[in-house]
Amino acid sequence: MNGFPILTAIIVTPIIGSLLVLCTPARRPELARAVGYLASVATLGFAAWLLWDFQTGVRTFQFVEENRWFDALGVGYIVGVDGFSIFMVAITAVLFPIGLLAAAKQDHRVKAYTFWFLLLEGVIMGIFLSLDLICFFVFWEAMLVPMYFLISGWGSQRRVYAAMKFFIYTAAGSAFLLASILVLGFLHQNATGHLTFDYRVLAQWNGLASSTEKVLFLGFMIAFAIKAPLFPFHTWLPDVHTEAPTAGSVVLAGVILKMGAYGFLRFSFELFPKASVYFSPLIMTLAVIGIIYGSIVAAMQTDIKRVIAFSSVAHMGFILLGIFSLTIFGLDGAAFNMLSHPLTTGSLFLVVGMLYERRHTREISEFGGIWKSAPVLTALFLVATFAGIGLPGFSGFVGEFLALVGAFLAHRWWAIVATAGVILAAVYMLWMFQRVFTGVPEGENAKLRDVSIREVVVVAPLLAISLFIGIYPKPVIDRVEPTVERVIAEFKAKTDYKQPEGDKLRHAAERGAPSTGSRP
Amino acid sequence: MIAATTIRTPGVSWVGIAPVISLVAAALVIVMLKAVFRRDSRVFDASLAVAAAGIAASGYFLWRLWHNIHDTGAYLTLNKMVAVDGFSVFLGTVVLAAALLVLLLSSEYLESHGIASRPEYIALLLFSTAGMLVMTTANDLIVIFVALEALSIPLYVLAAYDRNRRRSLEAGMKYFVLGAFSSAVFLYGIALVYGATGTTSLSGIATFVANVSLIDTGTLLAGLMLLLVGLGFKIAAVPFHMWTPDVYEGAPTPITAFMSSATKAAGFAALLRVLLTAFGTYRTDWRPAIWALAILTLVVGSVVALVQTDIKRMLAYSSISHAGYVLIGLEAGTRQGLRAALFYLFVYTFMTIGSFAIVMLIGRRDDRHSITDYRALATRQPLLAGLLAFFLLAQAGIPPTGGFIAKLGVFASVANNPAFADQRGLSYSLLVVGVIASVISAYFYLRVIVFMYSSEADEPEGEEAARETEAAVRVDIPTGVVLFVCAALTLWVGILPSVILDFARNARLIF
Repeated sequence: MNGFPILTAIIVTPIIGSLLVLCTPARRPELARAVGYLASVATLGFAAWLLWDFQTGVRTFQFVEENRWFDALGVGYIVGVDGFSIFMVAITAVLFPIGLLAAAKQDHRVKAYTFWFLLLEGVIMGIFLSLDLICFFVFWEAMLVPMYFLISGWGSQRRVYAAMKFFIYTAAGSAFLLASILVLGFLHQNATGHLTFDYRVLAQWNGLASSTEKVLFLGFMIAFAIKAPLFPFHTWLPDVHTEAPTAGSVVLAGVILKMGAYGFLRFSFELFPKASVYFSPLIMTLAVIGIIYGSIVAAMQTDIKRVIAFSSVAHMGFILLGIFSLTIFGLDGAAFNMLSHPLTTGSLFLVVGMLYERRHTREISEFGGIWKSAPVLTALFLVATFAGIGLPGFSGFVGEFLALVGAFLAHRWWAIVATAGVILAAVYMLWMFQRVFTGVPEGENAKLRDVSIREVVVVAPLLAISLFIGIYPKPVIDRVEPTVERVIAEFKAKTDYKQPEGDKLRHAAERGAPSTGSRP
Repeated sequence: MIAATTIRTPGVSWVGIAPVISLVAAALVIVMLKAVFRRDSRVFDASLAVAAAGIAASGYFLWRLWHNIHDTGAYLTLNKMVAVDGFSVFLGTVVLAAALLVLLLSSEYLESHGIASRPEYIALLLFSTAGMLVMTTANDLIVIFVALEALSIPLYVLAAYDRNRRRSLEAGMKYFVLGAFSSAVFLYGIALVYGATGTTSLSGIATFVANVSLIDTGTLLAGLMLLLVGLGFKIAAVPFHMWTPDVYEGAPTPITAFMSSATKAAGFAALLRVLLTAFGTYRTDWRPAIWALAILTLVVGSVVALVQTDIKRMLAYSSISHAGYVLIGLEAGTRQGLRAALFYLFVYTFMTIGSFAIVMLIGRRDDRHSITDYRALATRQPLLAGLLAFFLLAQAGIPPTGGFIAKLGVFASVANNPAFADQRGLSYSLLVVGVIASVISAYFYLRVIVFMYSSEADEPEGEEAARETEAAVRVDIPTGVVLFVCAALTLWVGILPSVILDFARNARLIF
């Protein structure tokens, strides 16, 4: 392990794969596919190795690699991994081979598709692993291009509009992100004489006036809130989700939405602790609005994908609620949910994609009684639904429960209102299940083909992981919690933040050692 | 008696002006060739060779100068009229590179448009380039004026070179009338500055304004503002941009590429030198003016580009907005800002010439450049469409292209403004306008990409039949070389920017 740049390998392997795909002849799509599988599975292997070697109980970054990129602006290529990013890397590595496998049947410009898909994987890995703000921004912005081409090239009817909307919304957010990063870096230089965009240095600095901190926090927040999406910045999401190809939706819901939440966790908290505490009630309020609003609107949709898209708004609301409760419970829950939501929503999108392949429609009213004609498919969808609405035993429950506990400790009423979202989730998902799958099948619905082995192989691993960590969450919590404690400790040291009674850190501090987690 | 007095002529550093001399010599040889071998069809090939040799020689001398300056320092020559410094070598390199690339594009264009008198075209291009090189080294307002005319007059002719097209004639005429007007304004500015300071030498003005505190700065500042107007015209800054879309649209496409890259670099050379050396002490006075120019240029350039239906006009407005980004670097008024502006000009040259080269190829048949003609280009010409998408994304500043690093540089220069803490609000507001403008510009670049990557199925009825007859565009070798060089440089600078950043860092002004 020593010296092997595993994080760079994780970023570069898919990118090299994508370049290899470019070299394959267009008439031999199977070659492009083979390279695609090879590269994404190799990345998965690296990610598994990383997960295996990742030390629990360590608060700081691991596997750090540091190289200079260009000195004129003090920009470096710095990558590292901690509790927040480790599972994002893992889930990304899992979702991409599955996304390729899910698209194995579509034969429209396979080479280009595989190229953009692999490129997207590499860039997303870069986002989660970069510890240099400029480097992070480069990946963050570069992500737009493959995503744009994936949506506009392989989406459904209004794909061009959706792709454009995605690009412009995200670019608008990141414009302010870039401005804030630059101002932060140069304020640091003016104060200390040292120009750097190294996240670890800037996080230690703590020299901003609180008013400046608030402005910069808002600059970062716009970018992350659009990506997350936080109400009222969510309007791009339903369109883009609906029009994107299946694998695109899976990646979008699974990973790209998490980038917003990840941005808050990674950057906003430690760079702007005072402003984070100051703005936390505001963001919690917006998160609660997002939960309730997303759930209600989801119930009203007539398109299956739009139901799931709005449910993502609600789920992201839970994640942001947990994050901005600023408690160990809440942060644990949010980080857990960031792993769980890709699994559950990813499976839902995959199953919906299978329905779409068969019927070429996603209108709920077009379906009915599918459980008779395609029982296995129905079973997959049902399990995914249960996992998604947070049935105990699945991962969704653990995450939402912890997030709500955190919110309850911090601001009781927000948690109480948000709990309604859990019930609403059951309402809209089960109602949709009822309309699509139960009843007596008519016409085409009666002759629907059941799933093939490939399709089961695509969905089953996600549900299995969801079940596993739902029953036994300790391995995840163990790895996330030291980082969470680091962040909470920063808040205590740098601001007048007070940890609510009953949150866990007190016990950990009494033990005098970083907690390794002892949740039942 | 005349013989009794000795006339002291100023010392001349021939090496310092050798780059200009080699270009002018090459141009003169071409003119002579044409005059002597009037009917020989090989004259054109010969003149291409001569032009290439001239540019190569000029480039070689620039390279020598770069090392001389590095070893022994920058110097003034020709009675302090000409400054040989890193700055002039840097921008001279940019101008020469643009000239070479445009030369490569031109032969194909001239041939396919059946334009006669081609050797003269080459000669005019070289004369104009020589004028630009003088512009980069000029250390005297009079020399700047001479250079301005020397570079403009061949361009007026070149813009109208496609005589059979009315658009081209109109472009030449428009450029000439407005250009002459702006020259007059510039000249008036020189007169006022001379009246206030008693000198036209930039270093002389710098010394004067540093040592003498004027009771009334009205004349001086009025002169400065008129100089700004004259140069603002050349760099196409709003509100002096009115000519740009029409001229860019009408002129032969290689010339459009030349005007948008080399002319802009030369205009900025004069602007940067005048403001930063001669009027360096008046920073607090001209920064608000540049601030306003930059904001207007960014906003108008990117907003008006949104509604264009002709790709050449769209690129014209985009080049206006690019001038806005360079102005951001100038507004910072620091050495870092200067570096950022230079780096931007370097990267921009290759992005824009690459874009225009593809526009030239696609619109070759009938000189129509409607954006709708790019529909489904990706299925017909995947490579060209991919390259154009790359150049447009680079212009939009998407990493990992040079366009991103360039924008990063100018934004960084206004984000970092310790020297002028009292005007920090100006800088930060410019930063915000800049990032917003770059989002707006992303939209219109993407619009072209949308057209290119839409499928034939989306096409309205009737158009399809017309397209069937259209043969695939063949890319000739020189144009292919241009595309390769531009794309490779844009990507390389985006991934490993250090070499060019260091080049720009060492491109210091002599004062």
